Amino acid sequence: MKSLDELKAIREKVQGTIGMRYEGPEQTRVVIGMATCGIAAGARPILAAVAQMVQEEHLANVNVSQTGCIGLCQYEPILEVMEPGKDKVTYVNMTPEKALEVMRMHVKGGQIVRKYTVGTTQK
Amino acid sequence: MYRSHVLVCGGTGCQSSGSVGIIKKLEEEIGIQGLAEEVSVVETGCFGLCALGPILIVYPEGSFYSMVKEEDIAELVSEHLLKGRVVERLLYDETVKEGEIIALNETDFYKKQHRVALRNCGVIDPECIEEYIGNRGYEALGTVLTEKTPEEVIQIMLDSGLRGRGGAGFPTGLKWKFALGNDSDFKYVCANADEGDPGAFMDRSILEGDPHSVIEAMAIAGYTIGAHQGYVYIRAEYPIAVDRLQIAIDQAREYGLLGKDIFGSGFDFDIELRLGAGAFVCGEETALMTSIEGHRGEPRPRPPFPAEKGLFVKPTILNNVETFANVPQIILNGPEWFASMGTEDSKGTKVFALGGKVKNIGLVEIPMGTTLREVVEEIGGGTPNGKKFKAAQTGGPSGGCIPRAHYDVPIDFGNLLKIGSMMGSGGLIVMDEDDCMVDIAKFFLEFTVEESCGKCTPCRVGTKRMLEILDKITEGKAVMEDLDKLEELCRHLQTSSLCALGQTAPNPVLSTLDYFKDEYLAHIKDHKCPAGKCKELLQYKVLADKCIGCGICAKNCPTNCIDNVEMEGKKKGVYVIRQEDCVKCGVCMEKCPPKIAAIVRE
Repeated sequence: MKSLDELKAIREKVQGTIGMRYEGPEQTRVVIGMATCGIAAGARPILAAVAQMVQEEHLANVNVSQTGCIGLCQYEPILEVMEPGKDKVTYVNMTPEKALEVMRMHVKGGQIVRKYTVGTTQK
Repeated sequence: MYRSHVLVCGGTGCQSSGSVGIIKKLEEEIGIQGLAEEVSVVETGCFGLCALGPILIVYPEGSFYSMVKEEDIAELVSEHLLKGRVVERLLYDETVKEGEIIALNETDFYKKQHRVALRNCGVIDPECIEEYIGNRGYEALGTVLTEKTPEEVIQIMLDSGLRGRGGAGFPTGLKWKFALGNDSDFKYVCANADEGDPGAFMDRSILEGDPHSVIEAMAIAGYTIGAHQGYVYIRAEYPIAVDRLQIAIDQAREYGLLGKDIFGSGFDFDIELRLGAGAFVCGEETALMTSIEGHRGEPRPRPPFPAEKGLFVKPTILNNVETFANVPQIILNGPEWFASMGTEDSKGTKVFALGGKVKNIGLVEIPMGTTLREVVEEIGGGTPNGKKFKAAQTGGPSGGCIPRAHYDVPIDFGNLLKIGSMMGSGGLIVMDEDDCMVDIAKFFLEFTVEESCGKCTPCRVGTKRMLEILDKITEGKAVMEDLDKLEELCRHLQTSSLCALGQTAPNPVLSTLDYFKDEYLAHIKDHKCPAGKCKELLQYKVLADKCIGCGICAKNCPTNCIDNVEMEGKKKGVYVIRQEDCVKCGVCMEKCPPKIAAIVRE
């Protein structure tokens, strides 16, 4: 170890991985429906893709978790974004590509991706 | 890349309740269900709730599972890890309130705790240096080496108000300042991990859960006083801690965090382990250093203090494991942050090993100034089985008993001394109405008699004589003059013993004499043990009028000393205990049906 920068580089690499063990109120939660309906519709690759992105990009304040059946089985796979202090946004008929778009636009960029939300789809 | 982390406690407590098997089974089952690339199993240090082991936490949900069995694992993996459904029946029941699952740090056990020394315990994998670095590990060392002078580090330590966590509470900054001021070609840094108080396991848990914090702090101390070699003196009875510490030292060397030219600053530092053979006296600093030097572990008079002439007659600083674990945090967060916690007299937090008659047995870290009532009633969950709290023992064989009258005294170094106990290393044993205070004093005296090194007469002979008197009292053979003699012996030991072992050995006796003299008097004058603990003073009896002759007591008596005798008006006769053969185990009283309750203890 020759410098503080070297140490910092290691820290940032690890932080994305262990970040999920530090829960805080300012965290954004990304929840993916992983009941039988969700898994059958292909939720697992979505979960893997989202989790990988969070770790690769060191998004320390994003918490990815799974949940059971949300009740909208025909719209699975479902991904929900819960930002602190804001209303929950529910995205439906997800694919890994769409999910990553949501992560980029909404979770990182703060813009809700209207075309995928449950309200838009039901209309 | 993992989407979920399963943290399993791998501390000594949980390992003895089977966490090793749990980890194996988890990895197996995760493999079977095809989750090996998504879920990572991490073995961590102690979570604190040792009585509820094996414990595991699943992140990102933060679900806290306790008393998990190997049979539960398949369900846990398929339900929680695959489908995302929390297995409620395995959750720590305090986290389920009115059907809602609450966060762990909202539970009574964790709510009042503040984890500084234990911050990484139960969060990171202690055998993985990267995880330590990921939680700001070695940043304090880097900052100190590249930006601070030794004098500045000492000023930070002085400003923080950190006092030694090993027992005596000497200001850490001052100790380091003395060592810096003494010029020498060699200096040493030692960590005292010879934790010996019965029931205490704070240092073990830190070393098992976060060994790098101690290594980092030792290197900081080395830079500050100008030492290049450190030793950790650790008891060989802590095999997991020894293992993890050695792994941590090797990893630190690999990363260049120990060795030559650390952080390009030109500073060299390395650490070696020295294993102690389990002698209590080796926790005393001069005895510890004598033992590292390769001699029999016996204390020597001070002065000269170690900061002047310590290990190999060179200036040495010796700090306790928990003290060291606080140091990187103080550097990172600043002395004001540390000094903002605690009381005027004692800053920061203290780790206690909570044990005895309390519901939540385990490890707790609280800000100084928390009251005993908060620790026992709120964090500890109170005394079990509806019994009444009687006293708490702190400071181990050097400490004293704190009675209910001092339940609301804020715990800090000064206050505990004032009420006749001491902080010690942090053992806290809770006692209820069934505990006899004379018996407790005797227990600790037995310990010191066993552990006295024998070098000085007051301690070697004095503790033995004191124990003999206590034996007489608990057997009901003592007279009032014995009590005077006991107090006189206490004074001699306090004033003329060579080291703290002998000087503080009378504390358990003096504090119980002070607060529970009536119990001593009951033993001596009335030949009665009010708590019903001292067997010589007890008698079990069958009340003939209540006995229905069922014979359950006789069947369960281990010494066959209960006989059936005929009695007029009783078809099956009644039972009588032959006192001369009775060992007073109390089984007969326990087994006698509660609605009959024919057996009494007098």
